[in-house]
Amino acid sequence: MTVEGSKLGLDPMMVSAARHLARIAGQPIVDMARSHSTVSVERAVLRLAGLDGADEGGMPWVNRLVDAVRETTGLEHGVALPAWDALVTGGYPDLATLARDAAAGQVKFRLPEGGDAAAARAAARAALARGFAVIDARRAQRESMIGETSDPPRPWIYLIVATGDIYEDIPQAQAAAREGADVIAVIRSTGQSLLDYVPEGATREGFAGTYATRENFRLMRAALDDVSRELGRYVRLTNYASGLCMPEIAALAGRERLDMMLNDCMYGIIFRDINPRRTFIDQRFSRQIHARAGIIINTGEDNYLTTADAVDAAHTVIVSQLLNEFFGAEAGLADWQLGLGHAFEISPEVPDSFVLELAHAQLVRELFPDAPLKYMPPTKHMTGNVFGGFLLDAFFNLAGVMTGQSILLVGMMTEGIHTPFLSDRDLALENVRYVARAAGRLGENFSPPPGGFVQQRAQQVLADAVELLRRIGSDGLLNAIADGTFGITRRPADAGRGLEGVFERAEGYFNPAAEFLEDPAVAGEGRQA
Amino acid sequence: MSGPVIRPYGDTTGDGRVQLSFTLPVPFGTERERAVAEGAALQLAAKMGLEPAMVVHAKGMGPAFTFFIVYGRASHLVDLSEVTVAEREFPVLPAAEINLRIRSGLGREMVVLGACIGTDAHTVGIDAILNVKGHAGEKGLEYYREMRVVNLGAQVDVTDLASRARAEHADAVLVSQVVTQRDAHLAGARALAGAFGAGTSGGERGGRPLLVVGGPRFDPTMAADLGVDKIFGRGTTPREVASYLVHALIPEPATAGAGA
Repeated sequence: MTVEGSKLGLDPMMVSAARHLARIAGQPIVDMARSHSTVSVERAVLRLAGLDGADEGGMPWVNRLVDAVRETTGLEHGVALPAWDALVTGGYPDLATLARDAAAGQVKFRLPEGGDAAAARAAARAALARGFAVIDARRAQRESMIGETSDPPRPWIYLIVATGDIYEDIPQAQAAAREGADVIAVIRSTGQSLLDYVPEGATREGFAGTYATRENFRLMRAALDDVSRELGRYVRLTNYASGLCMPEIAALAGRERLDMMLNDCMYGIIFRDINPRRTFIDQRFSRQIHARAGIIINTGEDNYLTTADAVDAAHTVIVSQLLNEFFGAEAGLADWQLGLGHAFEISPEVPDSFVLELAHAQLVRELFPDAPLKYMPPTKHMTGNVFGGFLLDAFFNLAGVMTGQSILLVGMMTEGIHTPFLSDRDLALENVRYVARAAGRLGENFSPPPGGFVQQRAQQVLADAVELLRRIGSDGLLNAIADGTFGITRRPADAGRGLEGVFERAEGYFNPAAEFLEDPAVAGEGRQA
Repeated sequence: MSGPVIRPYGDTTGDGRVQLSFTLPVPFGTERERAVAEGAALQLAAKMGLEPAMVVHAKGMGPAFTFFIVYGRASHLVDLSEVTVAEREFPVLPAAEINLRIRSGLGREMVVLGACIGTDAHTVGIDAILNVKGHAGEKGLEYYREMRVVNLGAQVDVTDLASRARAEHADAVLVSQVVTQRDAHLAGARALAGAFGAGTSGGERGGRPLLVVGGPRFDPTMAADLGVDKIFGRGTTPREVASYLVHALIPEPATAGAGA
């Protein structure tokens, strides 16, 4: 028996076993996330309530306020109860004024009880209601912008800008959109993922990327709105909800109408050595915000294949996608919001490398039929031979078009040499446009023969994924990560950056944002954007 | 002394033909704009020594830029006797030989610490050298039985790296620097040297570990300028690095028959 319409002859029992095992592996992590919080989750609550700005040293007020509460009452009951109690009883006009006094050591925080606690909770809920009204309005604004312009057909062409200077990024992004980009990603400054705060304001200095700040988000979204109207096509904006400030960046993305966010369940652990618990807790809250804001997440499975071998480790990509799907759905994301990632990274020296890529890409397509899959171009085997690289990128584009990938990150022939020249981007778009025009209908004429190489390979990768999920389910996901299952790197649960910002919730923990996000009646159904 | 003098080769000896592509910030819309753009491209080619040159492809990119592909005859000559290269001062050894040299010469494991420093999060270089998986068909340093490799990963602060190196009694510290914007790789290498107090004692290492830096945009001849012991450029393989470490840290074995 095979899945209906499957070109790969997939066994539906195998597919449902894989999902079942992903749930078994992921559920203990969800339970841990539900009983813990982090400094970044608490800061995100304040950001959702509209607290912005920073002290003279550039440290955001959300950090100063959370730190002040942590040093006095502790955070185990959440930042909201002591903060809004101080706001109400101290007669402060707003959170910023409170944060300023708190930073100066002039606020005595306490855990209020009885009527005082009820008053603090009511004030906090009212503030968050206003905050979520902003996010809901942004989501509605996206839908009306799409109505006013148009939604580009899939695959969406995804291009990166990364100058370090938001005022240089803007004209480059607009030029890329005019040349055909449907999605613009602004790469972050390298190192931002390990900052335990979100910088403020418009920034002009960054290394290999531009800082993610609320103001940079706002400036770029406004510029892309202009170009969307000019082109009659809605150009989406992407940034990174990853690193130590994942939930806060998600909150800012919702407030400034970003459209897609990189947001992987394990990337920070494996590639940035961020503590696994910190990552999973932050990830859940950030995904709840993305769900509410109508943001599509992009997961980072492509990265595993840059350290591990793309043939040997193909099943780890599937395992990670299934885990990302489970965690995403649990956090409230609809299928259309799950931009699961994968990549074209098999060595061109391997015989039948392209056929293997087709098998992998088709497998992902069939396992997640409603997900806007994000397909990443070759990086590992781009050698500096730009002519060879251009050819490899064309084969990547062909695999993407043939297997119906939803979002194509456009490969640059100068990958690994320099940040792309204007002409590199132009040639890359010419490449993808040619392939889409020439081979757009090849997919419907592509049916691998039963029992042939493609089917066998896809079935083998799925079987290997099921086997690995079974092992993870019995060992525990945190142990599997510690053992180097993903991307070869070993990451123990009690090590890594940001662990000191993780704490267990006390009895009576209060998080007014989580109340909105956990209750489906309040959060609303996932809607098609 | 003058060595052989050569020119680029297109399809005939001495034809000097080369290809070049570039972008000029000029529009490519009206007939007049196109003529100006191509003339500008030819002027640049001539000033670069390509004479005659031919614009074989020109394409407007947006309202203000034009991309060109140009072929031309290079008027310059290359004198091979004037070419200078950093000769490799050590032999590349097989893995078994490397292990043997460590065992007999050091009498203990060689401790190698690796990291990406500062804000650089691109571990692809250091991972290619250190991970068992390796690079270019060669296994990484973790594969060498006689080496103990500690890969600290990305964004390691140089002062933390120095104290960790002391704690681990590291023989060598390997740092890869991929990010080159605003010469971050050069600043990073200097910061590394500074953290270990290197580069101030005229090449003497004293008690500090061997400092090795690598990355695609480094000039391998700049080690002394940056205050480190060795720089590896693009395309370096793990076995080259391992061979260098053995060369630099372990005295050459006495020649056969002379005893140890």
